[in-house]
Parts: sequence; C-alpha cells; structure tokens
Amino acid sequence: MSTINFEKGVIPSHHFSTVSQEYHAGILGIWLFLATEVLMFGGLFVAYAIFRNMYPSVFHDASQLLDMQLGAMNTVILIASSYCMAQAVHYTQKGETHHAFTLILLTILCALFFLGVKYFEYQHKFHEGLLPGMNFTHANATREMGIFFGLYFVMTGLHAIHILVGIGLMAWLLLRFKRNEFSPHYFIPVDGVGLYWHIVDIIWIFLFPLLYLIG
Amino acid sequence: MEVESNYLNHEKGLKSWLCSVDHKRIGILYFIAVMTFFLVGGLFGLLVRLELLTPTRLFMSSDLYNKAMTLHGSVMIFMVIIPGIPAVLGNFVLPLMIGAKDVAFPRLNLLSWYFLMFGATLAVLAIVLGGVDTGWTFYTPYSIRSMEAVTVILFGAFIMGFSSILTGLNFIVTIHQLRAPGMTMMHMPLFGWALYAAAIIQIIATPVLAITLLLLIAERLFGVGIFDASIGGDPILFQHFFWFYSHPAVYIMILPAMGIISEVVSTFSRKTIFGYKAIAFSSVAISAISFFVWGHHLFVSGQSELAGAIFSILTVLVGVPTAIKLFNWVATMYQGSIKLDTPMLYAIAFIGLFLIGGLTGLFLASMATDVQLHDTYFVVAHFHYTMVGGVVMGMFSGMFYWMPKITGKMYNELWGRVSAVLAFLGFNVTFIPQFIMGSQGMPRRYHLYDPKFHAYHLTSTIGSWILGLGIVIAMIVLIKSFKKGSVAPVNPWGGTTLEWTTPSPPPHDNFAQIPTVTSRPYEYN
Repeated sequence: MSTINFEKGVIPSHHFSTVSQEYHAGILGIWLFLATEVLMFGGLFVAYAIFRNMYPSVFHDASQLLDMQLGAMNTVILIASSYCMAQAVHYTQKGETHHAFTLILLTILCALFFLGVKYFEYQHKFHEGLLPGMNFTHANATREMGIFFGLYFVMTGLHAIHILVGIGLMAWLLLRFKRNEFSPHYFIPVDGVGLYWHIVDIIWIFLFPLLYLIG
Repeated sequence: MEVESNYLNHEKGLKSWLCSVDHKRIGILYFIAVMTFFLVGGLFGLLVRLELLTPTRLFMSSDLYNKAMTLHGSVMIFMVIIPGIPAVLGNFVLPLMIGAKDVAFPRLNLLSWYFLMFGATLAVLAIVLGGVDTGWTFYTPYSIRSMEAVTVILFGAFIMGFSSILTGLNFIVTIHQLRAPGMTMMHMPLFGWALYAAAIIQIIATPVLAITLLLLIAERLFGVGIFDASIGGDPILFQHFFWFYSHPAVYIMILPAMGIISEVVSTFSRKTIFGYKAIAFSSVAISAISFFVWGHHLFVSGQSELAGAIFSILTVLVGVPTAIKLFNWVATMYQGSIKLDTPMLYAIAFIGLFLIGGLTGLFLASMATDVQLHDTYFVVAHFHYTMVGGVVMGMFSGMFYWMPKITGKMYNELWGRVSAVLAFLGFNVTFIPQFIMGSQGMPRRYHLYDPKFHAYHLTSTIGSWILGLGIVIAMIVLIKSFKKGSVAPVNPWGGTTLEWTTPSPPPHDNFAQIPTVTSRPYEYN
C-alpha cells in the first residue's frame, strides 16, 4: 500500500469523494469476491475429505492412475504465471506499463500451456475409461474409484473454467493497456485480476497434492 | 406547477431504465420483477391450497400437484423473499440512508438484476419444458433421476445465486466505504446493520449453494456419483450441503425484515429505539450462529445422536438474539405515541406473527419433539409464520413506509390499512389450522389426505383467499401510488434518518451536498 501515490488532480467516479476511497472500495470488493471463491471450492474440499476418509485405500489406488509428472509440471507453470502477474501489477504501479503488458502476455501463455497439458491428461483418462462415477469403465478397478474420478473431474474442471475466465480477464486488461488506461494513479482492474489469478493458483496448489500425491 | 428534476424524470425511455446504474432505478426494476414473481408464486400457492380443499382429487393430478407445490416453493424462496427486501428496498434506501450518492459498484448492481432475470428466464423455461416436481429442496436421490427440466431450474437457481452474492458484496463495501462523514457504524440506522448482517450470509453461504447445485447438475449430466449411493456416494451429503446454505438463507430473508421493523417501530412510536446496540449486534450474532445450525434439518436423516444434540442446542441459541430484538421493539413502543398507519400495522403484524413463528421454531429445534413433528404441517405452518408472517409482512411494512419517498406521492392510507388487516387475519386463518393438523400427524407435501383433517384443510384454504385478497390489495395500492395520490412531503412520517432529508422523490444524485452527520439516528426529543 505504501507505494500507492494518489495524485490530487485525478477525479474519482461520481459517487466517490476521493480516489483513495474508490481504490479501497474496489480492493475490498475484490477480496470479498475471493472469499466467495474459497467457499465455493470449500464445498468440494469438504466432499473430498469425506470420501477420502470413507475410502482411503481406493483413493490411494486411484491417485496412482494420475500422471504425477504432468501435474507437477502444471504446478510449476502456474507458480511461474503468478510471479509474472505479481510483477505486472508492480510495474503498473511504477508506471512502466509496457513491461506490465509483456508480463501479462506471458501469464496468458502460461495459462494456455496449463490448459494444453490438462487437455492431454483428460484425453488420456477418457481413453482409459477413467471417467466420473457411473461412467467409470477402467478394468480391474473398484466401483468407488468412480467417486475419486468424479471429484477429480469436478475439481480440476471447475478450476480449468476459472483459468479460462482468467485468460479472458487478462485479455481485457491487455486491451485496456493498449488504450493507455492504466497509470500509477489508476490500476484497480490490474490489481483485481492479479488477486483473482493468485487465488486460482493457490487452489491448484491444494488440488495437486490432494489428487496426485496421495500415499 | 414546475416539476423538479428527480430520478424518475431525469431521463426518459425504456433504455434509460434498462441500462440505468442509478441504485434507485435499479430498486424499481427489482420491485417490478419481484412483485411479478410474487404474483406467480402466490398463484401456485393458491392453486395448491385450492386442490387441498377436498381430501380426494379436486382438479389436479398428483403429478401436477407436485409441480405446483415445487414451483410455489422455488419461486417464493429464490425469486421473491431472497431478493425481496435487500434488492428492492435495500437498493433504494441504503445509499440514501447512509448519505451516499450510490452503492459502491453501480454497474455490478445492474448486472445483479440481469442475473436474476436470466435465472428467472431459466425457471420459466423449466416450466415450459414440463415443470419440476422435486420440491424446492431438490433432495437426492430423487432429484438425480427426476425429469429433464430439473437441470434447467438448478442452473437457474445457480445463476440467481450470483445475483444475491453481488448484492451482498455491494452492500458490504457500500457500508464500509460510503457512509457520510460523521456517520460511524454506531450512528448507522438499524436497517443498514440488518442489511450488513444479511450480506455477510449472502457472501459466505451462497457460494456453497452454488457448488451444491453444480454438483447436482454434474451428477445428472455426467453421473459423477458423489450423491449417488448406488456407486458409493452419499445422498445425505446433499442435505448437509443444501442446508449449510439454506438454513442461513432464511436469515438472509428475515434479517432485513427485522431491520425494517426497527425503523418503522421507532418512527411510528415517536421514540428513540430501545437498545440500539443490542439490536445492531443481535443482527450480527444471528448471522454468525446461523452457520452452525443446519443439522436440525437432519434429525431424522440418520445423523448421529451427538451431532443432533449439538445442533439442537445451537439452534435454540438463535432464539436469544431474536428474542432480544422482539423485547427491544416492544420496549420501544412502550409509552410511545403510537400512530397506526399502514407501515406500523404491518410492523405490529410482524411482531405478533414472528413471535409465534419463533416460538414454534423451538419445538422443531428440540430433537425429541422434532422427531414427532418432522415433515408434518406443523413445519409448514412454522416456516410460513416466519417467512410470510415475518419476511412478507416486514417487506410490505417497508414498502408502505418508503413508498412516499420512492414515488413522491402518498398512497391510499385507508386501503393500505385494509390490506394489512386482511393479510393479518387471512394469514392466521390459513396457518393456525396447519399447526393443529400438523401436531396430529398430517404429513406435509401430500396431495391426498385422511378425511379427518378435512375441516382444517377447508379452513386453511378459505384463509388463503383472504390472505391473497389482502396482498393483492396491498400491491394495487402500492402500484397505484406511482400514478395517483397527493404530493408526498419530504418527511411524511417524521422519520429521523437521512433519506427523509432529501426531496420526495429524490434527485438523481440523492444529495446536492453530502450531509455531515453529527447525531445518532432516532432522536426524537
């Protein structure tokens, strides 16, 4: 916060009296939104905890069927993307928007790479009959493995949708960067999308060990 | 006579309404939507009651009866009483009340209205596709196997959840950031506190509903299996998830209504509210406790006895902050100069009916009695006393209270009072018999019933006509006041909060100059 310098000449939106008030309203709004994201995924984590507790050995065996290397690679990619995003926010605050632009572009590339890997993982699972619940047809496996793969697809699927939304939001930021709309005095959208991207990253950091690294 | 510029005549044309980011106009958009849904939901309710006039089939097949009952519940819950008070009155009044020019995120506010409309469109689509017969609770496993349209209405409810979340988020930020200079939290009117407490629940609980509905959709479309016992899933988990949202959700509905009662009781008793802090903090206490009581819906669902006992005790705890409010309202009225205008009549109806609703809630919170009363008409009567006797009465109290500000005209006071009296009487005639037959074992949701309950059902159905008439009159009186009525003064009721300092109707920008607050609200002497 200490780096923020609100210039006197900048005019806030009509219903705010100061730029600082508008900034803090925006940031509070974004944090509240992040809270809703945590609670939404929270439901899935609760379901995961219950079923893992119910079928510990099934979860262990099912987890072996996931490709740990691909999962680990995606984890590294997402952490790198979060670093790019954090730097992009930093450079926007400093006014070096061309750097910020490049960094966000890099973040988008990381996100696309992540989705590409996910696509190959999903395709492989479909091929092997490792499908959710009722559709689970993998040979020599217990019925309850379907539950694990049900959770796997719902959790990673919802996460992937968040990645897609993130890509959309970052593309929107790039457009606004092109139009020179951001400056050290106005960067709430960059900050907001940045925070969103970090939460998406953090959720994956929980998903990876819970799904790929059991046992 | 020269007409001053106000938010109603500021711009003209349909587009200026549908694209407006003015919180007052969005409040009106919500008013139109919610009143329409209320008529639809009410119609389904009346049809259900009419069918129950006789113990045997009257005019509906059991299939149709199940659908009418489901739609009555779903429409009323998701489309009327959840958005009702916050989105209509909260939107209009909150910024005025705290001396702000708008809510913190005006465009998000408009977006939330469109989310509600989109969700409502899906609900209509579900009806067109053949209707839904799961009950509004969508319990598994039936909801997994039931008809096609269930997926559509689930998605509709999911979308409407976004609307509710965005409204809550907007209000929390508005209250934190946009209070007028000098208005500390402890100087904020109690309606603001109530909306704040409800918004906390909207933000924390609604995402859990979202994931529950998504999981159920995934279950139906892809057979995920989480709620499906046939492959090792757990149908009871759905009940836990569902009530983790839906129990706190009843406080999303009732807290704002309680906020209205605090305003109205103080204004129409011409007395400072008794126990301001107690009322303010009890709102927050209710929203905090509300997250730990959901298990009382599962006393007979195979939940462990220990869990049942804990949920039972926690549920009874909600009675404490609720009772604090009721005592404070009555203490406010004590020795006040009470004026029995329409808003006050509805407020008094609220206090009486909600008291009954709250006390009968204790029967259901106690595990031993609940085992007897579970899934009987006693439960139906209990939640209608809280949700209609509480929320709807509170909503009308607030609508009549603020209508002169909203329209700039005085509504017809005589017919307003007639509507309040009819609604109060009709309501009791409808639901008192339901308590009695419920305690005698009449199960809820049944289409056909034992003839020994006929007299109760008959009375209840007749009551529903009186209640319906009262509510239709109330709506007509409210809607007519947009067109006709004597000019409303700035402050027709002698209220002390900031919205009564702006012209009626308020100008586009609410305040020519942001007011500075120096005193507490509700100071009459």
